[in-house]
Amino acid sequence: MPVSPALAPPQGDIWTPHAVRIVDVVQDTDDTRTYHVAFDDARQAARYAFRPGQFNMLYVPGAGEAAISISSRSRSGSPLLHTIRTVGNVTGALERMRVGDTFGLRGPFGSCWPLEELRGQHIIFITGGIGLAPLRPAIYHVLDHREDYGDVALLYGARTPDGLLYEGEYRDWIADGLRVQVTVDRADPRWAGYVGVVTLLLDRLPLSDPANTHVLCCGPEVMMHYTALSAFRQRIPAQNVWISMERNMNCAIGLCGHCQFGPSFLCKDGPVLRYDRVAPFLPVRGL
Amino acid sequence: MTADPGLIPIGGERRIPSDRLQDLIDLLRQDDYSVVGPTVDQEAIVYDEVTSVDQLPRGWTDEQGPGTYRLARREDDALFGYVVGPHSWKKYLFPPLSTLSAADRTEQGWEMRRVEEAPPKYAFLGVRACELAAIAVQDRVFAGGPYVDPIYSGRRQSAFLIAVNCTQAASTCFCTSMRTGPRCCTGFDLALTELPGEFVIEVGSDRGGTLLARLTTDACSARTLAAAEAARQQAVDQITRRMDTTDIRNVLLTQLEHPRWQETGERCLSCTNCTMVCPTCFCSTVEEVADLKTEHVERQRRWDSCFNPEFSYVHGGLVRNDIRSRYRQWLTHKLASWQDQFGTSGCVGCGRCITWCPVGIDLTEEVAALREKPACP
Ligand SMILES: Cc1cc2nc3c(=O)[nH]c(=O)nc-3n(C[C@H](O)[C@H](O)[C@H](O)COP(=O)(O)OP(=O)(O)OC[C@H]3O[C@@H](n4cnc5c(N)ncnc54)[C@H](O)[C@@H]3O)c2cc1C
Ligand code: SF4
Ligand code: SF4
Repeated sequence: MPVSPALAPPQGDIWTPHAVRIVDVVQDTDDTRTYHVAFDDARQAARYAFRPGQFNMLYVPGAGEAAISISSRSRSGSPLLHTIRTVGNVTGALERMRVGDTFGLRGPFGSCWPLEELRGQHIIFITGGIGLAPLRPAIYHVLDHREDYGDVALLYGARTPDGLLYEGEYRDWIADGLRVQVTVDRADPRWAGYVGVVTLLLDRLPLSDPANTHVLCCGPEVMMHYTALSAFRQRIPAQNVWISMERNMNCAIGLCGHCQFGPSFLCKDGPVLRYDRVAPFLPVRGL
Repeated sequence: MTADPGLIPIGGERRIPSDRLQDLIDLLRQDDYSVVGPTVDQEAIVYDEVTSVDQLPRGWTDEQGPGTYRLARREDDALFGYVVGPHSWKKYLFPPLSTLSAADRTEQGWEMRRVEEAPPKYAFLGVRACELAAIAVQDRVFAGGPYVDPIYSGRRQSAFLIAVNCTQAASTCFCTSMRTGPRCCTGFDLALTELPGEFVIEVGSDRGGTLLARLTTDACSARTLAAAEAARQQAVDQITRRMDTTDIRNVLLTQLEHPRWQETGERCLSCTNCTMVCPTCFCSTVEEVADLKTEHVERQRRWDSCFNPEFSYVHGGLVRNDIRSRYRQWLTHKLASWQDQFGTSGCVGCGRCITWCPVGIDLTEEVAALREKPACP
């Protein structure tokens, strides 16, 4: 049950990663960095295209592969960025790499945020922590086509102010017409903003036209569950809520069986799914 | 219109005496096929490369039940007088271990390349109806989606399939419930029906018809054809196990909190046997195989199982952290979500998972139990 139009699979061999080279690394937070990479092969660079919400499999020989969302502009010619939090083998090996080092990349894979379908509609991006990474391409897209969309807002939460991603960009986003509200679980002395869970921001957000408002959400499953409940309280219809889910991803092409969630393969039917289509399965423990 | 003498048409039936089956093996080998067929090894009938009919399990049969399998002598010299063993053809089309890609460290950095495999050319001798169905299921999995697995499809395209109609059934068989057998109807190049001292060979493809035309065969008498039909009917009559598949997708996916999952989860050892023997299970994982200095690294795909705890790990822990949820994943995938994903059931009714489960968990019983008592609302 694909939820977005079938995406053309990447050309060539589905198993062999392409070599990419690190052009730049930006330290976002303690444990998170954004890597700007470029393909070694110019032809691959020219044909590579993705849609906001999709991910790549990044490959460090000897360590393995990890699914990492693409966090850059999807417009062709834009630098290819991945925002990576160190948690294990592959992300740990990437952390040790420097500008000029190479690793492998397969992709792009998976479904995307339904930005074409949402033209003329209001959009609320709601996320926490690293979940902003897969939403950033969608934010860029909306702001690059600002006149195509109604009211757009970003509700973003982090555990502490130090954990906020892309803080330097909020000012530009606001200037481009994005309403940005940020909250933290634990404030520090310099913090003057909201404190509390991000779903509270959604509860309080004034909406002019809930029936035509759509929620694009990425975060832990409980957070997405509460986001949906809060959206429904705001009279946003269930079919207007979209979530991005995470499971163990191994092949990314629907052949290895790891990423199943009920009837869906999160690597090809997801990671972006319409909430109401998976809602019955979300509360089931251990699915 | 005159018939092409070099081709026996699809549906055509010919007869050979049993002692000339070797000619078929020889002909396939002449055509560069590795012939794989049943042989006896470690007290089971398994699939292996064969060059001679003498390697086939002449005079052997298998007796199966939940958690039990044993070989027994037959009173005759039948070559295919058994049902199905622990192996399936998937080990040839979807090898338990294969190399996907290789990476070499160079001055300029990592270089990654495909590891080319000239697909082996197999002729499978003795494919049962449920196994033909299982191959058709894996065709959808590996070659029917947006991404085609080159390893599977390379091997599959060249494989020559010689089916054997069952003339007997095991107590664990339920192909009639899954509508996959016991009669071989489609998906084969040639299909044999074994009778005392002779075989009836039916043509299922032009490739099969061309090959059969090169073999010395006789016309089938009406009596032979009737005997073959009676032998095949005997298998139908012996099947006693049933699974009610009515609306099974919705029944299972709406019973995810049924207490039966817990009960079965307490019996299941999470040993992975059922997934290893199942001819349709396709889960795999990829491992890094590096030389000592990590300068040459290969990515190897190996069979995995949803019963392995780490199968579902994500940052933060295991998603399926108890056997209950792993058994539920297996059964609901096989019988329910497989339909959403591949437009077919993932079960062909071969009964292997029943036979090879050390504690004799029987999915037909599980389905019946899940239908019985609805979970509390
Ligand atoms: C679609 C998608 C998009 C993603 N996008 C991003 C992104 O943009 N940025 C990002 O940083 N992450 C992202 N992730 C998450 C990332 O893929 C995972 O965190 C991945 O596991 C990291 O790989 P690793 O090799 O570094 O960690 P691993 O070594 O795989 O470890 C991951 C976690 O699992 C634990 N673990 C490892 N092995 C086992 C085991 N055998 N049993 C139990 N636990 C084990 C580790 O302790 C650790 O907590 C995304 C995931 C998905 C599915
Ligand atoms: S689930 Fe069991 S009976 Fe069904 S195809 Fe697999 S092994 Fe055979
Ligand atoms: S059902 Fe049986 S064969 Fe399958 S994992 Fe459990 S104990 Fe092993």
